[in-house]
Amino acid sequence: MTTTTSTYRIHGATGEWEVVIGLEVHAQVTSNAKLFSGASTAFGAEPNSQVSLVDAAMPGMLPVPNRECIRQAVRTGMAIEARINRWSRFDRKNYFYADLPQGYQISQLYHPLVGEGALTIEADEKAGIPEDKTIGIERIHVEQDAGKLMHDQHPSMSYVDLNRSGVALMEIVSRPDMRSPAEAGAYVRKLRSILRYVGSCDGNMEEGSMRADVNVSVRKPGDEFGTRTETKNVNSVRFVMQTIEHEARRQVDLIEDGGTVVQETRLFDPGTGTTRSMRSKEDAHDYRYFPDPDLLPLELDDAFLAECRESLPELPDAKKRRYVEELGLSAYNAGVLTADVDSFRRFEELLEATSAKLGKGAKDVSTQVANWSLSVAPGVLNALGSEADEGHATAEAQAAILAMQSAGEISGGQAKEIYEIVLKTGREPAEIAETEGLKQQSDTGAIEAEIDKVLAANTDKVAEYRGGKDKLFGFFVGQTMKAMAGKGNPAVVNQLLKAKLDG
Amino acid sequence: MSVTRETVAKIASLARIRMDDAALDRMAPEFNAILDWVEQLGEVDTSGVEPMTAVIPNTLRLRDDVVDADPLTGGGMRESVLANAPAAEHGFFGVPKVIE
Repeated sequence: MTTTTSTYRIHGATGEWEVVIGLEVHAQVTSNAKLFSGASTAFGAEPNSQVSLVDAAMPGMLPVPNRECIRQAVRTGMAIEARINRWSRFDRKNYFYADLPQGYQISQLYHPLVGEGALTIEADEKAGIPEDKTIGIERIHVEQDAGKLMHDQHPSMSYVDLNRSGVALMEIVSRPDMRSPAEAGAYVRKLRSILRYVGSCDGNMEEGSMRADVNVSVRKPGDEFGTRTETKNVNSVRFVMQTIEHEARRQVDLIEDGGTVVQETRLFDPGTGTTRSMRSKEDAHDYRYFPDPDLLPLELDDAFLAECRESLPELPDAKKRRYVEELGLSAYNAGVLTADVDSFRRFEELLEATSAKLGKGAKDVSTQVANWSLSVAPGVLNALGSEADEGHATAEAQAAILAMQSAGEISGGQAKEIYEIVLKTGREPAEIAETEGLKQQSDTGAIEAEIDKVLAANTDKVAEYRGGKDKLFGFFVGQTMKAMAGKGNPAVVNQLLKAKLDG
Repeated sequence: MSVTRETVAKIASLARIRMDDAALDRMAPEFNAILDWVEQLGEVDTSGVEPMTAVIPNTLRLRDDVVDADPLTGGGMRESVLANAPAAEHGFFGVPKVIE
């Protein structure tokens, strides 16, 4: 465990304050059906159309856990190298609210499915994270989501949609190990990346598949932890960071003005970037948990656990290491390429297609493919904007372009021009190069002919060069390329010029 | 263990059960009587005995991740679900406005 301390501080009237952050992330488990019923989890359906009698808490209905939801939570636990509890149990968390038909949420307080684990956030000098830092994860438990309330559809009523009611959530509880908004942001991004690798949550924060409760407290460096507040349901990385900034500042000002921080639940207002108290009654947190008598303890056997482990993919840290060690990529490039499933899948597909086309090993083309994937291709795509059809950006087409460039048939500039046309029209790269005349001249005869003309027209400069003015070499390259309308293969031009001038 | 009148009032409030003074006065001794009775179990020496979770040996059954496999526990039954709602509008349950 790295013990690097962040240098992030809140500057108060009485000195510097350190911020202590813990996050509880709720991640919707990817499954077809809900945690305890057969109703669908699909997003965006008609209100109450995906509600079973179980989810509506009709009398006499019994919950039966969905194996896939348990499996996904276990796989997630394995991905953060956590202890998996072979024996866990469901508890009832009792409270009354219009979005909770049962009058209790089935959750796991006393015996969670997943115990202690950790993940590592990467060093980011600019963000004030000087080196890799391990963030402890206390537990992951499985629980039901509640329904959705809409307050603005009717003057005197709130509308309730129970489609989400009973959908499986993983609550992933971190240790209070983060010390700056940047660390918290990096933690959420890394966790999201791992969930998407594992396939246990789509990580879609806009649709609410992932949201965080943000626990913040402040203290003088070295002191005991201060009293924390919990800001609920923050649904983007940026908002998590804003919540921390605002909440830390508010607490410091409050303490320095002689007040005390109250342990309470707060809400984040994205419009103003501030938090406000939910002013709940004091006993709102008295949930009177007890083991759910409708559910026996959950016991996992060896075969189940073995399948969970064997079905895990290569995870972000391991993949990044492999990109550096086996493919010879820089740590930075490897980090960017492996940050998300979409980006590494595109990269690996293109890498495979390109090495197949060129008959070379992955390592021999990895740098070219990485540069293309990270800077050239996104550059072309951004420049085109809405003119581009990303559907045309197939690995096959891009590999064809990279292969032509690697073989010296086209220049880097021509590669971009060809890709631009591919994105707009979906035409074949080889055909484009031919039809649009986007090819380099590598034919030595043709190039030699042009060089001879250039040298004949500049006999004075040739004499100067041969007299020791080496810098003129660039002039001859330029003249030759100009004569060939920029289509000469620079390597061949260089080589032939050198031979003629020095020979 | 002694349950006070205040404790009973708090539990009633958490459970959203309205109780008048007479009911609270009556309930506190009843709670205590029940607790005293249950506490007799403490006299049994259970050291080394695993807590029992069910009276017959049984394990938790799990369901397959299939949508609407059984109509009794599947979705797509909005009318039934809303049938008993005091107010159902546009496919939603209507409840008195709750805003926190």
